[in-house]
Amino acid sequence: MLLVYCPHCDVERAETEFSCRGQAHIARPSDPSQTSDEDWVNYLYVRANTKGVYAERWRHIHGCGRFFNAVRDTVSDKFLKFYKAGESMPDLEALAKEAGK
Amino acid sequence: MSQPFRTEKGGRIERAEQLTFTFDGEEMHGHKGDTLASALLANGVHLVGRSFKYHRPRGILTAGSEEPNALVGIYRNGDQTPNMRATQVELYQGLEATSQNRFPSLGFDIGAVNDRLSMFFPAGFYYKTFMWPKSFWDKVYEPVIRSAAGLGKPPKNPDHDFYGNMYAHCDVLVAGSGPAGLAAALAAAETGAKVILCDEQAEFGGSLLSEVNASVDGKSPTEWTGEAIAKLDAMDNVTLLTRTTAFGYFAHNYVALVERVTEHLSSPDPKLPRERLWQVRAKEVVIASGAIERPMVFPENDRPGILLAEAGRTYLNRYGVKVGHKVVVATACDTAWQAAFDLADHGVEVAAIVDMRETPPESLLSIAKARGIRVEAGCVVTGTLGRKRVKSALIGRLMTSGKVASGGQIDCDALLMSGGWTPTVSLYSQSRGKVVWNADMGAYVPGKSVQKERSTGGAKGLYGLQATLEDGYAAGEEAAKAAIGKSAKITHAASSGGEAGEGGTLGALPHDRNAAKVKAFVDYQNDVTAKDVKLAVREGMQSIEHIKRYTTTGMATDQGRLSNMNALQIASGALEKPVTDVGLTTFRQPYTPTTFGVFAGVARGDFFDPVRKTPSHDWVVKHGGVFEDVGQWKRTWYFPKNGEDMHAAVARECKTVRDNVGLFDASTLGKIEVVGPDAAEFLERMYTNPWKKLAPGRCRYGLLLNDAGFITDDGVIGRLAEDRFHVTTTTGGAPNVFATMEDYLQTEWPDLDVWITSTTEQYAVAAVQGPKAREVIAPFIEGIDLSNEAFPHMSVKEATFCGVPCRLFRISFTGELGFEINVSRQHGKMMWETLAKEIEKHNGTTYGTETMHVLRAEKGYIIVGQDTDGTVTPQDAGMTWAIGKKKLDFVGKRGLDRPDLVAENRKQFVGLFTKDPQVKLEEGAQVTSAENPSTGTPAEGHVTSSYFSPALGRNIALAIVKNGHALDGKTLYVPMPDGSIPVEITGPVFYDKQGARINV
Amino acid sequence: MSETLANDLITPDADAAPLLSQPDVSMLKAAPITRLSLRARETTLKDAGSAFGVELPVQPMTCEIGEKRAALWMGPDEWTLLAPADDLKSTFDSIEGKLEAHPHALVDISERSEAIIVSGEKAVWLLNTGIFIDFSLEAFPVGTITRTIFHKSPVMVWRTGTDTFVVEAWVSFMDYVSGLLVQSARELEAA
Repeated sequence: MLLVYCPHCDVERAETEFSCRGQAHIARPSDPSQTSDEDWVNYLYVRANTKGVYAERWRHIHGCGRFFNAVRDTVSDKFLKFYKAGESMPDLEALAKEAGK
Repeated sequence: MSQPFRTEKGGRIERAEQLTFTFDGEEMHGHKGDTLASALLANGVHLVGRSFKYHRPRGILTAGSEEPNALVGIYRNGDQTPNMRATQVELYQGLEATSQNRFPSLGFDIGAVNDRLSMFFPAGFYYKTFMWPKSFWDKVYEPVIRSAAGLGKPPKNPDHDFYGNMYAHCDVLVAGSGPAGLAAALAAAETGAKVILCDEQAEFGGSLLSEVNASVDGKSPTEWTGEAIAKLDAMDNVTLLTRTTAFGYFAHNYVALVERVTEHLSSPDPKLPRERLWQVRAKEVVIASGAIERPMVFPENDRPGILLAEAGRTYLNRYGVKVGHKVVVATACDTAWQAAFDLADHGVEVAAIVDMRETPPESLLSIAKARGIRVEAGCVVTGTLGRKRVKSALIGRLMTSGKVASGGQIDCDALLMSGGWTPTVSLYSQSRGKVVWNADMGAYVPGKSVQKERSTGGAKGLYGLQATLEDGYAAGEEAAKAAIGKSAKITHAASSGGEAGEGGTLGALPHDRNAAKVKAFVDYQNDVTAKDVKLAVREGMQSIEHIKRYTTTGMATDQGRLSNMNALQIASGALEKPVTDVGLTTFRQPYTPTTFGVFAGVARGDFFDPVRKTPSHDWVVKHGGVFEDVGQWKRTWYFPKNGEDMHAAVARECKTVRDNVGLFDASTLGKIEVVGPDAAEFLERMYTNPWKKLAPGRCRYGLLLNDAGFITDDGVIGRLAEDRFHVTTTTGGAPNVFATMEDYLQTEWPDLDVWITSTTEQYAVAAVQGPKAREVIAPFIEGIDLSNEAFPHMSVKEATFCGVPCRLFRISFTGELGFEINVSRQHGKMMWETLAKEIEKHNGTTYGTETMHVLRAEKGYIIVGQDTDGTVTPQDAGMTWAIGKKKLDFVGKRGLDRPDLVAENRKQFVGLFTKDPQVKLEEGAQVTSAENPSTGTPAEGHVTSSYFSPALGRNIALAIVKNGHALDGKTLYVPMPDGSIPVEITGPVFYDKQGARINV
Repeated sequence: MSETLANDLITPDADAAPLLSQPDVSMLKAAPITRLSLRARETTLKDAGSAFGVELPVQPMTCEIGEKRAALWMGPDEWTLLAPADDLKSTFDSIEGKLEAHPHALVDISERSEAIIVSGEKAVWLLNTGIFIDFSLEAFPVGTITRTIFHKSPVMVWRTGTDTFVVEAWVSFMDYVSGLLVQSARELEAA
């Protein structure tokens, strides 16, 4: 059971309070009618599923209910960064380096 | 029966308190403080079980949780728990134990023929033998294997115990309470850090409890241990847990412990749980799991009476039990000599110390000499005699050539052996740490920490009492410092004695016997011999992981704690690769076998899952309603009257609703209040339908898709005010719809001024449906003109019901005139009872979900999740009318234009009539174009809903069928085991196609 | 109850028998209360607070308490406002009136949940049988409020005193929550 930090509640809680919603920073195309089939499929289904440092969406579903993002090393399960939804994606490579990957 | 092997004095047992127990029905005695193993040994019983594969007689090998042989069934309350390690079972008055894996009795076991036939059971036997003929598998092989396989017999009755759970947080968790663990706990506790100290044994102290030749701070080790524990016990920041195994080390320093609360008690208080799961989140962990002694792999090293040397010493010093009257000690390391000396001091005849080393330390030789003990240096045990108990040991002299010369035999009734020590790295390995090979020690030891933990003492290959204590203090100080940033001065205990020993051996030992005929066991519990490991390599297994699975070595309940190092060495020799290149298998959770009960915890019986009830529940129970589970909800399925079966009850309910009126509890429907200036804009984006022009006081059916274009939910949405909507969802879909809305709101459209609040449980909802619905509710509703003109179909208004505020919807899921009344939950019971009474005056009925399903199916209304399966679009469902044509975007709009979703041959929603109106289709049955399609022919679709329709007087069904909309009137088939059923495709609306009945 | 927060607001339901009464821990059903969910942006907080009579806390997981009023932080834009049961309409209307110019959402959730009051020396022990939160006073001081999970049910926990907690669950989950707490407390009666 992972320990997850919620940047809204400023508290670490057990994973069961949260739901992980997959890869972060995949925005819904702003004008879907102008989006090609391929781009729409990418938006719907295609995810990096990185083995290593990965930015994910999490929701503190049984806490404050807010979404936030977390950078997690999917190999070691270590979290490298937590940040609120809407903030820009951190430099994953730099974070990986910092963590000694 | 006397206890012929009990010492005169000594040990930690309470000699004044005699306990009676039985083993295989035979009554014996022991003392408080005994384990079942020590009590059996005190009674001279070594033979306690038969081995797994060859059914060889087996005895107690160890004194710890790694015990592979002495697995017994323990009877209590008319049922038995199998596979309890006798070395861990504490003796209590009246304990009943039985041996396992034998038939008809432990002494005479038919299965023992396997031992004679062992040439037919090599490694990989199962893989090689049961391959052909295929037809033999389920008739012959599987039944035979099933009856022969497994250890012990599972309990027959439901578990009569219950299990507790406790979440805990601490700064420092110390697992293990030997000298290192105790010192670590003392040092950490002194800083004020919150400390949990746990130990799998009944008493804290670990090896200190069997150490009699040392002193700590001038006291005996046990006395010092007692004082240390008393000190810790008096500290508020320390939690002490005995009989508690740290069995799982998971991510982020989450460690699971199991505390055995009542198993050691003769008649436990029924209010106590049998076991408790501790789910500990520790800032820092100190692993003080110690080390265990390694067996020596010589032929017939498995006879009853052969034990590990330290186990023999533990039985003597801690439990006051002599493992025999005449003992041979076989060793390659110093520590076993102490066992010989201690036994000799208790008057046991030590027949010989057989040490593989040519020149054992002079200090030991002189002590042996002083006690008159025969020493055979440079010798090795090459075999043993004795069927149910070791009778003598064969001795061989190690030659410089590497060969072994016969050295005669020595009679004995017990043999203690020591191949050296293996650090217990299980918890470290579970924490995802990688062990590293230490050539000096001949052992794998913990490498770099991956999590916030440190191993100390024997667990990292450090031996000797003083060194272990010092290392423990350091580990405790370090852990506390890391956890809370504090240090504290603590006086370190000074000890003497208990020195570390030298020496050890790995792998199979040389002998002068016929290698093809002898068995030298590596893994006792799984009956894996040195030969098997070599065979596996010959047959092509290169990786230790493959060797493990092919031979099952290391797959016993101790996960190879006893066997791995020997197996590894043998594999390394056979593969002609250094040990470090062979690798070590990973230790996984749980450290020792753990009951299913403790994992299930409270999640059983009434508390398996929350059972959610609506305000009508008690009334329904009282009136004989039958419930069905819809997710966690209990919903009324139907209301049988006067002995009706379900079919009759549902037929009556359906007819009554269509003819008169019915009352239905719709409280479980999801309800979401959408509020804010952008509420209409938000719904416009979420749902397929247009919302902006919906006037306050009006409702609309809403269809929800995902962005792929598939239907995910539906429900009626009422506009209460410009900025306030009352959204309903399906019962099962409520949490997902809410989560999806939050997702879009927070992450895609955070600029919208709108918020959503779940009000599912704020309101109780009664649906009154049928031609007389208006008359039923009219007496209770104030504030609304209920006439069709003033309050037409699809209206919503706030009013009062019996004087309490309500939200009244005029909506219908039956095709009849209908209302749904929402009152706040506390008034739900009153509303239900009022309406139930009123409805009788109008010859109405209460009805349940089954009737609701029939009535809606007659009208062709879909149930999302039953008639749709996540691949159905609005077009497929014939619901393009629900799509706002002028809308530029909504969730799912772009998805609907994807090529596959507009392609030909999509499965579409249709109605089915069976040609024979009396035949009812099975929901889920396949629909085919051929009457009897050949195997492998894809189906055209499947039946999604099927009911008897009282209104039509025949069976009807709904289905998803390829190109269904174009097949109206065509005949298809539903092949069933009893024959193919012809069906005719029709539209999905069976009743009142014009919808006239709603608008009255 | 005298040393607990909001004790003029959170009171035992006089009509209900105690769910649990042991020397070390007791469980009482709380009397009905007005609960309003307020969702709003930061610029609205001041007006909302003055309309309600108590400032809205901005510190995560804290509460502000006034006379017969409490405002609980549930999320960065979400508060639960507590008032006596009889004040539902007046409270609702006064906030709506004052916030007309501000985008916001005010929803009556008074009866969505039920509350129990768990108190006594063993209250923390009992809650920790099903909740994984560290309830030490350093980690979870008096006044802390949070949503979390109790076994398989979402709950809200509010520490109103050193040994007193208000535990709320949606009504249909309360049998599960209180039933399991009672069952788990049973072992405290063992000799």
